[in-house]
Amino acid sequence: MRYALALLLSTVLLLNAGCKREHRVFDPGAAQASVAYAAPLDPVHPGGPSAPAAPSIPSARALSQYEQSAYAVGEGKRLYMAFNCVGCHQHGGGGIGPALMDAQWIYGSHPEQIYASIVEGRPNGMPSFAGKIPEYQVWELVAYVRSMSGQLPEDIAPSRSDEMPVVKAEQARPKEHPQDQQKDRKAQP
Amino acid sequence: MMFLAAVPGFSGDQTSLNPVGPGASHIEHTFALIFWITAVVYIIVMAVLVISIWRRHHSLDTMPDPQPTSAESDQRAQRMVAVAIGVTTVLLFTMMISSFAASRAIATMNYEQALTIHVFGHEWWWEVQYPSDQAWKSVVTANEIHVPVGVTIRIHGTSRDVIHSFWAPNVQGKRDLLPGYDTDLMLKVDQPGRYRGQCAEYCGEQHAHMAFYIVAQSQDDFNHWLQGQQKSAPPPATPQTLHGQQVFLTHACVMCHTIRGTTAGSRVGPDLTHLASRTTIAAGMLPNNTANLAGWILNAQNIKPGCRMPPNGLSGSDLQDLVAYLETLQ
Repeated sequence: MRYALALLLSTVLLLNAGCKREHRVFDPGAAQASVAYAAPLDPVHPGGPSAPAAPSIPSARALSQYEQSAYAVGEGKRLYMAFNCVGCHQHGGGGIGPALMDAQWIYGSHPEQIYASIVEGRPNGMPSFAGKIPEYQVWELVAYVRSMSGQLPEDIAPSRSDEMPVVKAEQARPKEHPQDQQKDRKAQP
Repeated sequence: MMFLAAVPGFSGDQTSLNPVGPGASHIEHTFALIFWITAVVYIIVMAVLVISIWRRHHSLDTMPDPQPTSAESDQRAQRMVAVAIGVTTVLLFTMMISSFAASRAIATMNYEQALTIHVFGHEWWWEVQYPSDQAWKSVVTANEIHVPVGVTIRIHGTSRDVIHSFWAPNVQGKRDLLPGYDTDLMLKVDQPGRYRGQCAEYCGEQHAHMAFYIVAQSQDDFNHWLQGQQKSAPPPATPQTLHGQQVFLTHACVMCHTIRGTTAGSRVGPDLTHLASRTTIAAGMLPNNTANLAGWILNAQNIKPGCRMPPNGLSGSDLQDLVAYLETLQ
């Protein structure tokens, strides 16, 4: 009886340890909350021209923080709709803008490169969000954009959509292998 | 019931026991009927229990002798049980019929003559629209629903994200707002005043801070308010407010908020065209004053963690000018 009780207790404790909930970071801190800014490469700005500000330098620390948080990626998905990324890139399939769920990356598939594309803008249509959105929100968007081509782990990528799903959930997408991420490119035919 | 007015819960601006409209009155009557029936039955049952224990308390320590019965006493017992079943049935049916009648009275409120107000639940605030045939006359505001007294109102509601529930207990019962599904709630307010309502369906981190006010006014005051809200925001009159407007239009604010009369036209956050005419910010959480507004803009995540408003690292002078501009938006 005593052994059974001890066994039950330790099982409950073990199960309890497995219940660690992801810690959501709501207040990103002053550094991450400052507005992302870089010299805009495109004259188009959402909401009009932005105020000049000190250029912000993306940090690698920030990156891992956002790509390991399902909440941050979920927020990125919400912002992708709110800031009308969906208007040109659709739900990843592209239309007016290029597709984001495939292995083709005109300006690079690395997180820092996607960050730069959002903040600087790109010629022929991609507006510059410089001076308009806080740095942490850019990183949330970057993390979500990367989840669209299956770059994030299954338990981090979003599993459902608020709208009618037209493609598989980000969680269930096959991982694409962009050219610029393959170290042994020469080995390929 | 007069003495109950002094008891907390029987007065105030957020209680279904102080109804100010027919919807809440029907609900309150049904509640009072069920309360008094069950209270009287409970008191009778408890009294009988206590009396019967008292009568036989001398035999509590020993096994009591079985009570002698006769054909007469059996018959009396049978009659008593039959009467009790009969009374119970009548009381249950009284409560059920009262509930049916209240539901019917609420469901058959005049639909044709009603003033339509659109309410959208958001995480975690309320978008309120007064539609009009002419687009320039339609009004968008947030968290404060002005209504004329004595006029039937149709709240045409839905949700922009998860399930919310619209509940102003002094005025009407709850109505869930479901994403992708429109729902109507009829209500009427008979007394002028401010009545507080809240989301009544758990909707995430800040569910508890998702309040709204129903402001019931005379028809004249309401028309005056509506005409004021139909106007675009006044252009800034001083250099300080002009700079404040520039700050608004060149920072993150413009990504989510609308100020009619400027280029800001995004619909992610509340419409700020007449922000200064509202008495609270953050969905009824804080009084709308200079200090709260500035603190909210600087770091809303500290005040309402998880809300959609990002922290804004503005310089002191930019922040002061921005708040000065927002306070001109009457």
